[in-house]
Amino acid sequence: MADIRNNFVGIKSPNPFWLASAPPTDKAYNVERAFKAGWGGVVWKTLGEEGPPVVNVNGPRYGAIWGADRRLLGLNNIELITDRDLQVNLREIKQVKKDWPDRAIVVSLMVPCVEESWKAILPVVEETEADGIELNFGCPHGMSERGMGAAVGQVPEYIEMVVRWCKANTRMPVITKLTPNITDVRKPARAALAGGTDAVSLINTINSITGVNLNNFAPEPTIDGKGSHGGYCGPAVKPIAMNMVAEIARDPETQGLPISGIGGITTWRDAAEFMALGAGNVQVCTAAMTYGFKIVQEMIAGLENWMDEKGHASLSDIIGRATPNVTDWQYLNLNYVAKAHIDQDACIKCGRCHIACEDTSHQAITSMVDGARHFEVIEAECVGCNLCVNVCPVEGCITMEPLAAGATDQRTGKPVSPVYANWTTHPNNPMAKVAAE
Amino acid sequence: MATGHFIEGIAGGRLSSEQYADNFSDLHPPLDHHEALVESDRCYFCYDAPCMNACPTSIDIPLFIRQIATGNPLGSAKTIFDQNILGGMCARVCPTETLCEEVCVREVAEGKPVQIGRLQRYATDVAMSQDKQFYKRAEPTGKSIAVVGAGPAGLAAAHRLARHGHDVTILEAQPKAGGLNEYGIAAYKSVDDFAQAEVDYVTAIGGIDIQNGKALGRDFQLSDLMRNYDAVFLGLGLGGVNALRAEGEDADGVANAVEFIAELRQASDLSSLPVGRRVVVIGGGMTAIDAAVQSKLLGAEEVTVCYRRGQEHMNASGFEQDLAAANGVTIRHWLQPKRVIAENGKVSAIELEYTAIDGDRLTGTGETLRLNADHVFKAIGQSFVPAHLNGSGEAIDLEGGRIKVDAEGRTSLAKVWAGGDCIFGGDDLTVSAVAQGRDAAESIHRALTSNGRA
Repeated sequence: MADIRNNFVGIKSPNPFWLASAPPTDKAYNVERAFKAGWGGVVWKTLGEEGPPVVNVNGPRYGAIWGADRRLLGLNNIELITDRDLQVNLREIKQVKKDWPDRAIVVSLMVPCVEESWKAILPVVEETEADGIELNFGCPHGMSERGMGAAVGQVPEYIEMVVRWCKANTRMPVITKLTPNITDVRKPARAALAGGTDAVSLINTINSITGVNLNNFAPEPTIDGKGSHGGYCGPAVKPIAMNMVAEIARDPETQGLPISGIGGITTWRDAAEFMALGAGNVQVCTAAMTYGFKIVQEMIAGLENWMDEKGHASLSDIIGRATPNVTDWQYLNLNYVAKAHIDQDACIKCGRCHIACEDTSHQAITSMVDGARHFEVIEAECVGCNLCVNVCPVEGCITMEPLAAGATDQRTGKPVSPVYANWTTHPNNPMAKVAAE
Repeated sequence: MATGHFIEGIAGGRLSSEQYADNFSDLHPPLDHHEALVESDRCYFCYDAPCMNACPTSIDIPLFIRQIATGNPLGSAKTIFDQNILGGMCARVCPTETLCEEVCVREVAEGKPVQIGRLQRYATDVAMSQDKQFYKRAEPTGKSIAVVGAGPAGLAAAHRLARHGHDVTILEAQPKAGGLNEYGIAAYKSVDDFAQAEVDYVTAIGGIDIQNGKALGRDFQLSDLMRNYDAVFLGLGLGGVNALRAEGEDADGVANAVEFIAELRQASDLSSLPVGRRVVVIGGGMTAIDAAVQSKLLGAEEVTVCYRRGQEHMNASGFEQDLAAANGVTIRHWLQPKRVIAENGKVSAIELEYTAIDGDRLTGTGETLRLNADHVFKAIGQSFVPAHLNGSGEAIDLEGGRIKVDAEGRTSLAKVWAGGDCIFGGDDLTVSAVAQGRDAAESIHRALTSNGRA
């Protein structure tokens, strides 16, 4: 049986599935239920500094988009950091950690961008025996208007500065949580590393408006006729998050920096994909908020089953395995030629491949052959774009079949070269380097 | 169980009133809003969609389903009504399992087609419940057209003609409009007096005058119409019922299935409608199934459908056969009626002969079977009765016993078009009658307005 115990910057947990800092981890009641369900760890919902608690709106805090059967695809929220008293949170963190010593408890923090504020909060958190802290530099709404959250995360210099303060004032591992609301996520990651962070976690939520009410023209979620951009999360953001994880994992400057992957993780497969791209563990929120804590049981069993099937003994066998395969476009092999192939036995003749190709791509799929409704690829026109695969409702019906070296590409009339060759040496590239002899 | 359940002979009151109400409730209850969204999302929006090609009225099915999915049920209804103004009834009575849903790619893929009929009902219900009228009449053309028969073909023709600005007079022999929609559809397929609601919806466009109780050949002649109107559309339906050609079929208790179905539709109190304890239905089409299932639902103890050929030859769809079986009707094949046995003038049994295919011919094997029965329904087909057309004036050409028309619905008489069950070459479906009425109306419009221009 595969060993899925996790050691993330020295923080141990029985599995790599943590709950992200968010409403599910706001208080002991929820966290204990999560641990009973099997979660490996939690990042406690962000604490602020001592004083009057934060207030939240009293209308809708969430908006959403849905797929078929109202399946939740994307969620957005405008909730702020914990609105409970700091001391209550600290007491509960301490008690839960005492009761659940094998689970990871990391405390998310957000205080004003002055060293005194960080110096004040770090010791009281340390006193709870929590396993580490996560710096919330990502929250995109509300707190950012007050100079915290994403307002810090969008300025690499501030990130470096605050991380440095934290490293100087606590023995606890520091995880820096990054905002995706930035052009190049490598910059804040590099800054965090320069400040001495032990790890980064990403992504936090994405600035978003989930909808507009077309009766009163108010953005959703709507509070008394007005709306504010909330943080987008859930399955819809997973591709964006995975790219950002991979960008940091493969950046020579941050290579090896531990990453806690976050963003739309809903199943064991999502988690495995994040870890393959370089995440040392994963954090989950929307899936739990949609289905409850029990989903972790599917995640644990699914991950173990896949690892057993593939012969992966421990998480270190999978973490970062896909990272070397993420590259720049210019290094992709331009001599690789694939053609779509339609399995006629599996085809249900909906014609979506045809119309997609005919209207919007390369006119490479028939609709009628010898007077009969029939969809097949015209290899002489097919550029191998994969659109037909993506719009086909039958999984596995259309596949991309690579042409063997030496075979003739009917589109170009040329044989497929066995040699790897990319844009950097392509004759059409004015900047092409002459290949070394 | 009501006390009347085991009464011998033909009797009413076999069930409790709750059982009647329950038995004759909606066969396919309407989809609610969420169900409609979920179901509409199953549609793949196929290219050159097979469902659309299978629909006799060529409704743009993927488009109307997408309009439901995107929260535009009124737009969806208009997409349907553009092609088929009786889309509401067709949604209820079309044998979708042999039309659009049979060719749905999801039927091919997983044996579970998108429920096109129920989605069509959803959209048309939304529009009709709001009495949303999508069409305005064109400027009056001054032309007047007589439509004979207020069935699906006549109503579809009348609506399309009225849209084009012509004045339409519908002459209908029955006391109510609707034709088979009103008199010939099993009660559980059209509840809440839907047929009349649809007639009202269709005629709300204006310019359509329905005159009931006016029978061709009795109250007026075709030649009168040709003289008094600019064009005539014949949507006469089928007036005759084929005989069993079995000895003794005049006995009491031998009835026409179509009349039984019509009586049932018109009955205000189902318990007053008599049905036998042991019912035998002769035939293998939709009418046979409708009569059999409804007999069972009225409380008959044993109902047997006897069909002279095999299961694979039945005109009733697989769905209809399953419906019969689920309601406890026994379907027996390779049996043809030979002799009705009566006691004191009332049917007591029917003797049937086993059949077999001998080469190309169906023949009796000589071996017989006797089924006790106090009620026998004839459902072996209907026939066109051309006699009513034969007033003074030219005779209309017939083919195969029905009116001969060209692709546009033109008959052999210059000013006369025809459509629906009375024409040759049709498939006796409501939806086909609608298509023929609609297309004939377009042909009439072209003829009266120099190629469509008024």
